[in-house]
Amino acid sequence: MLRYLAKRLAASVLILLGVSIVTFGLTFMIPADPVTMIAGRNSTPQMREQIRVQLGLDKPIPEQYARYLGRLVTGDLGISYARKSEVAPLVASRLPPTLLLMLGAIIAELMIGLPAGIYAATRRGRFGDKAAMTLSFLSVSTPQFVLGLTLLYLFAYLWNWFPLGGYGKISNLILPALTLGLAGGGWYSRMMRSSMIEVLRNDYIRTARAKGMSEWRVVMKHGFRNAILPIVAMIGLDVGIFMSGVVVVENVFGWPGIGQLMWQAIQSLDIPVIMGVTIVAACFIVLGNLIADLVSPLIDPRIRLR
Amino acid sequence: MKKLLFSAVAALTLMAAAPLAMADAPKQGGQAIITFNNDLTTLDPQVGYDWQNWSVIKSIFDGLMDYKPGTTELEPDLAESYTVSDDGLTYTFTLRDGVKFHNGRPMTSSDVKYSFERAVNPATQSPGGGYFGMIAGYDDVAGGKATTLSGIETPDDKTVIFKLTRPDATFLHLMAINFGYVVPKEEVEKAGADWGKNPVGTGAFKFVEWVPGQSIKLERNKDYYKPNTPYLDAITFEFGQDPTVAVLRLKKGEIDIVGDGIPPAQFAELTADPANKDLIVVGDQLQTGYVTMNVTQPPFDNIKVRQAVNMAINKDRIVRLINNRAAPANQPLPPAMPGYNPDNKGFAYDPEGAKKLLAEAGVGEINTELYVMNVDPNPRIAQAIQQDLAAVGIKAEIRSLAQAEVIAAGGSGKAPMVWSGGMAWIADFPDPANFYYGILGCAGAVEGGWNWSRYCNKALDERAAKADSMVKDDQKDARISEWKAIFDDVTKEAAWAPVFNEKRFTYHSDRLGGDPALFTDPIHIPVNYDYIYAKDAQ
Amino acid sequence: MGDTWKRFHCDRLAMAGLVTIVVFAMAAIFAPVIAPYNPSEQFFDGLTLEGSPLPPSWRFWFGTDTNGRDQFSRLLYGARTSLLIGIVANGIAVAVGAALGLVAGYLRGWTGAAIMRLTDLMMAFPPLLLAIALAAILKPGLNIVILVIALVNWVQIARVIYTETVALSEREYIEAARALGAGNLRILLRHLLPHLIPTVIVYATLGIATTVLLEAMLSFLGRGVQPPTPAWGMMIFESQSYFLNAPWLVFIPGAAILILALAFNLVGDGLRDALDPTQRGRG
Repeated sequence: MLRYLAKRLAASVLILLGVSIVTFGLTFMIPADPVTMIAGRNSTPQMREQIRVQLGLDKPIPEQYARYLGRLVTGDLGISYARKSEVAPLVASRLPPTLLLMLGAIIAELMIGLPAGIYAATRRGRFGDKAAMTLSFLSVSTPQFVLGLTLLYLFAYLWNWFPLGGYGKISNLILPALTLGLAGGGWYSRMMRSSMIEVLRNDYIRTARAKGMSEWRVVMKHGFRNAILPIVAMIGLDVGIFMSGVVVVENVFGWPGIGQLMWQAIQSLDIPVIMGVTIVAACFIVLGNLIADLVSPLIDPRIRLR
Repeated sequence: MKKLLFSAVAALTLMAAAPLAMADAPKQGGQAIITFNNDLTTLDPQVGYDWQNWSVIKSIFDGLMDYKPGTTELEPDLAESYTVSDDGLTYTFTLRDGVKFHNGRPMTSSDVKYSFERAVNPATQSPGGGYFGMIAGYDDVAGGKATTLSGIETPDDKTVIFKLTRPDATFLHLMAINFGYVVPKEEVEKAGADWGKNPVGTGAFKFVEWVPGQSIKLERNKDYYKPNTPYLDAITFEFGQDPTVAVLRLKKGEIDIVGDGIPPAQFAELTADPANKDLIVVGDQLQTGYVTMNVTQPPFDNIKVRQAVNMAINKDRIVRLINNRAAPANQPLPPAMPGYNPDNKGFAYDPEGAKKLLAEAGVGEINTELYVMNVDPNPRIAQAIQQDLAAVGIKAEIRSLAQAEVIAAGGSGKAPMVWSGGMAWIADFPDPANFYYGILGCAGAVEGGWNWSRYCNKALDERAAKADSMVKDDQKDARISEWKAIFDDVTKEAAWAPVFNEKRFTYHSDRLGGDPALFTDPIHIPVNYDYIYAKDAQ
Repeated sequence: MGDTWKRFHCDRLAMAGLVTIVVFAMAAIFAPVIAPYNPSEQFFDGLTLEGSPLPPSWRFWFGTDTNGRDQFSRLLYGARTSLLIGIVANGIAVAVGAALGLVAGYLRGWTGAAIMRLTDLMMAFPPLLLAIALAAILKPGLNIVILVIALVNWVQIARVIYTETVALSEREYIEAARALGAGNLRILLRHLLPHLIPTVIVYATLGIATTVLLEAMLSFLGRGVQPPTPAWGMMIFESQSYFLNAPWLVFIPGAAILILALAFNLVGDGLRDALDPTQRGRG
């Protein structure tokens, strides 16, 4: 186990190194000149050259990358072009809202997915099962921006149940968390269903039933406990999916997380911020994948979905 | 000034310079909440250059000169008085007594010198340092060879002398733009990279706190040198607020000003409601939306093609597309700008005439590209232009990109046509010169410059320089009429197709009071925070 | 094959999905015949005097958009964009992903490891951000959107095919074929690929749903196909500010995206059950 862990950790570090190279390379290929943005409209060529030197953009690209990597390992993500302040604290200050949103989304998807999956499994083949599984497909087929706008329109604008976006209270969290988590809820309901069906086939379930245990208790006590394990292993993988979703969801709901920061940085081509957010997001994704990788084989080697 | 969104813009209303008539006596106290969609980037006066932070910085910091509230009339601010030498090369400012920074330290002449040097020093990466090119010693500092400007002298704590290398009629305006605002050296150095997040100035409001992505709080500076100013005790800026949502919140009384302006969808409904008559303030602004055509490449090196483009665009329809929140434009300068020529009719909408011109030009089929910033409504405006051009036989493919990419495509000369919306030139100060050098003169027609037409006319440049050397008061009229003539010639050359001049609409809550001019203040966007007041203040 | 079709035929949801796809495809193919107007024509009277879009009426069935164009015609032509990108982009992604997964799973060793580490690397990026970055580097346009989506989406299928190939390679009949002197290419094409086809078909179908959603998301963020090409995501992007006052401008194209993605998901799921690829793969 320890050797496996060490191997996986080393692989994760390599992946992150790869991420840093790819991110660095991609941002260099984007056809835009940060110096023009920074220097403004009254700049002289001489001044632009000075700024280019200051940003280190006059150096050969491998050297720029080496410097970048050297700073990166010390946790220095550079200075934002637009804000002229350090990127690391900026990303750090935007991270808690995003993590909160993700946590909310995980709770939302479990609260949707698990009951729906259990319900479908116990009604296998019947109408309830079909309906639940169709709904699960509906949820994974809904574009997040459409869902977000729809929830805002209905629950915040028309019926006034929730605030129209914003941040700070638990009531602000519910709609964006639901938007981010609904698709995952659909997936989890399908996984929970098949996991539950398999568990319910087992001998000990039959024994429990034979003992005269009520069906509810059989399902909850023996079935649920065993069926949920493979799902727990999947939660780590959600991080990667959420990191795309937050860009859209945070913008629709005005949520002050890294998704919003990322989008603003993309629009203004604030390259240090784009790279910083990507690296931080990648760290979380790799960590999530690592957790999933470590937990999955402990529980069930067959799981490799999504 | 950089404009990031369409609906709320930096505006310059030219009002008659009359004292503000207050309907009811302003009260001291209370607070106001202003919403923005995007978090501010920085509050560093030497760095901040977008329309949201521009006016917040103006409330925290001061410069040597300022404008009378609600007008574009210059008046001394931190300077008590100034004198100009006969040759226009020496400006001597006497500083006001009793001005203190928010940290309690009195402001002196060395702070002024430091602040200008900071703006010009390339290490600051100021987007406005280039404005101070006429100050002696600029080249050395900008080139990294010196850190002090030889052209600024401080014989004593109360006197600052500027020595210029050329007379410049716009110099006093430049003393009023943010890049020259006075900052305390010790605080700048203490905060280091965090200075833009912890501003300390001399202005009407004191910075309290910044929660990234969420809010900024300011409070009244009780030691402000102007008595009984500001009126509000506190201002809160809330971010991440979609303007559509902000309008609903304003109706509910939760906020006071929609910083981004009224979104298109709600515009007709809000303006039609008589209850909003006093709450929506309309003003002109010194802004022009235009299409640039790269004159160094075919087909736009042919003046007939450029004129045809000017005639092909149906400006009335585009104005309707943006809810009539603009007036069709016929020349680069907006109507409220000195030097605007009401007799210059530009090119009227005439698709048949455009076709004829294209036939005369004999350039055959035209396939080109129109670059546009990908924030609504700009792609929609570009599509309207595209349809108009197609009608006269010009096929323009749209390249809808992020602001930074459009600016890069324009600056590198790769973009044959650029729709300026979202990046449009809005004057930093109300003078025609500000509409020329960077965007229509040779200085901007270089790699990385902002003259995306690459139009460079040496003769016009010389005339412009000559006009700006007329610094004396009695030369003012002659100077403006020379600028008028310059822009008449620019219009004829058709390097741009001017499309419209935006108007400004500010929607504020009933609790806020103040002269309407303050709510479309030419210099402060969306409003002049220093002089508005809360009617419900105790 | 007959059995498969019979099983699929009995799956009512999957059939409903198939019918939906056929309807959308018909709408896309015959858009020029069905559409009442040119989707790019901006009518001068397509906007109110205040510049607002028109609500649904006899003249404009789904109303007009914020440029005064016929929303119904744009919706029909938008089906072309969505289906074209969905099928072509995902087709490329599946072809590339399946080929790489197959090679990696069969050869293993350095080649296999290199390919699989590449997928690990790809998985560490949020796909949307990767797509936005690639779209920014390459000039935006229909072809580029297809390319970008393919570049982002091949990873999933590659990993699935890899896993299955690894399992298959250990089967006795592969060993036997190898012992009989069959070349690598022959084993790959004759002995491995046929067993993987059901999986590929299922993923090719399900992947279209993902692709349709990703395309919509990109154009919603202003990074997709270029205007005036009608695309559903962009239609929402262009009228987003009207969503409280004219919600149909957002909800109709939104529903179109949802229904098309749902249809492909249902068909994909039905195919999975009908083909039962896992069992065959193990056969």
